[in-house]
Amino acid sequence: MIETDKKKCLRCSACVGVCPQSALTLREHGIECDGEKCNNCRICLNFCPVGAIRMVEK
Amino acid sequence: MNIEREYDIIVIGAGPGGSGAALAAAKKGMKVLLLEKRQEIGAPKRCAEGLSMSAMGRMGIERDDLWIRREIIGATIYAPNGEHIGVDYKDGPEGYILERKVFDKCLAEKAAGLGAKVLAKAEVTRLLKEDGKVCGVEVEFEGEKKEIKAKIVIAADGVESKIAREAGLDTTLKLVDIASGAQFEMTNVDIDPDRIEMYFGNDIAPGGYVWIFPKGENIANIGIGVRKPYAKEKAIDYLKRFIESRSGLKKGSIIEVNSGGVPVGGLMENMVTDNLIVVGDAAHQANPIHGGGMGEAWVGGRIAGEMAAEAIKANDLSKKFLGKYNKLWWEKRGNKLQKLVKLREVMESFSDEDLNWLVDYLKGEDLIEFARSSGFGKFAKILMKKPKLIKLARKLL
Ligand SMILES: Cc1cc2nc3c(=O)[nH]c(=O)nc-3n(C[C@H](O)[C@H](O)[C@H](O)COP(=O)(O)OP(=O)(O)OC[C@H]3O[C@@H](n4cnc5c(N)ncnc54)[C@H](O)[C@@H]3O)c2cc1C
Ligand code: SF4
Ligand code: SF4
Repeated sequence: MIETDKKKCLRCSACVGVCPQSALTLREHGIECDGEKCNNCRICLNFCPVGAIRMVEK
Repeated sequence: MNIEREYDIIVIGAGPGGSGAALAAAKKGMKVLLLEKRQEIGAPKRCAEGLSMSAMGRMGIERDDLWIRREIIGATIYAPNGEHIGVDYKDGPEGYILERKVFDKCLAEKAAGLGAKVLAKAEVTRLLKEDGKVCGVEVEFEGEKKEIKAKIVIAADGVESKIAREAGLDTTLKLVDIASGAQFEMTNVDIDPDRIEMYFGNDIAPGGYVWIFPKGENIANIGIGVRKPYAKEKAIDYLKRFIESRSGLKKGSIIEVNSGGVPVGGLMENMVTDNLIVVGDAAHQANPIHGGGMGEAWVGGRIAGEMAAEAIKANDLSKKFLGKYNKLWWEKRGNKLQKLVKLREVMESFSDEDLNWLVDYLKGEDLIEFARSSGFGKFAKILMKKPKLIKLARKLL
């Protein structure tokens, strides 16, 4: 699954729109990834305009 | 807050799409609730704040000094080699640069003025369903979850739309159909305060462009949209490099940082299901060439609001009845935007050398007439002059 760097993330939600698994949600504290849904395709990571996303182990 | 347990129509998201839908439905006498998850409608902006006169005309709203920062009288388009062409509109301004957060609030205010109930910092957490059909929403407000019923739900939840997916409509955007955008609002920069500037090139902004949209004498939104697979780096890295390479920009100060995704394709043939309609960015209703979507969202929203009211009056909330919205939207906007998707596809296969050639060639043309012509026939004819581009030109005819 993925994790966002809260210091870099601009909370624009664009990653939520490109995730084919609907695994991401923008919450008050930042982007939340549902590890059950995420299939590690890296699309969001490639897309994020500011490079705030990285892959992490579940 | 006197939120009732039931409304005719609940609209999710108070961007231009949601406010347009709420306004149109309220105008038809519907009981409408417009829910926005952010604490301030319109902020932070995800926008370069440009609105053309033609888009404003389609929206059917009057200009208001509250939200206009700058009148734009022309555009300068730069080829990768730095050569440029100017488009000058001699008969009045061609568009405006807005203060988007004021604009979005004013649109929501218009909807509220007609009787819609608007509520900020109220996030829809899921759809309510009965026999598999949408019948309302669960909303989180002041730390509490509440269920509110509605006959029709309009999803105007922007590029991050999840509501439509929950109702079974796949709104996921393919990477090629969404630009990755980053922007700095900068002050104390040397810019042309009366014209927008656009810079093209496969090193400058692969699959997109850099824009400078002036908000005043020395303040502007300086941003970029790029697309995968063309872009090898992050949008913000290309943008930083662009600014660093220009002394008149490099010396400036950053007063706001923005990012976002801009739909530039993936128009949806079907945007409805039983009891639910999708509008605006959520339905990918944005201009595939320049990414402008405020006007499109408002227009899509208004059509949806009117259709929803009609459906409720006819007591038929079925997918079939609501499908009239698909038809109306495609007639009014979709067919035009679909043509622009084609143009985008042709333009993205231009090499830098092609772009340089094109800008050089277009110098001798009457660009205003060119920009206002409706078909691509004239453009295709120009491309035909370069043997390498003939194949591409044919795609436009
Ligand atoms: C960098 C950038 C530059 C742009 N520049 C321009 C430009 O110059 N001109 C132009 O016309 N367009 C521009 N656009 C596009 C434009 O911003 C959008 O097309 C437009 O905002 C779409 O309107 P909308 O109402 O569909 O969505 P939005 O304006 O995104 O509104 C959706 C709203 O729904 C809310 N929401 C989402 N989920 C929920 C939920 N579960 N519950 C409650 N609320 C929710 C969001 O918080 C948001 O306020 C730009 C976009 C970007 C990213
Ligand atoms: S796309 Fe990047 S900056 Fe935008 S919300 Fe997602 S992680 Fe944050
Ligand atoms: S890696 Fe793929 S599945 Fe996982 S959150 Fe990102 S886009 Fe979604």
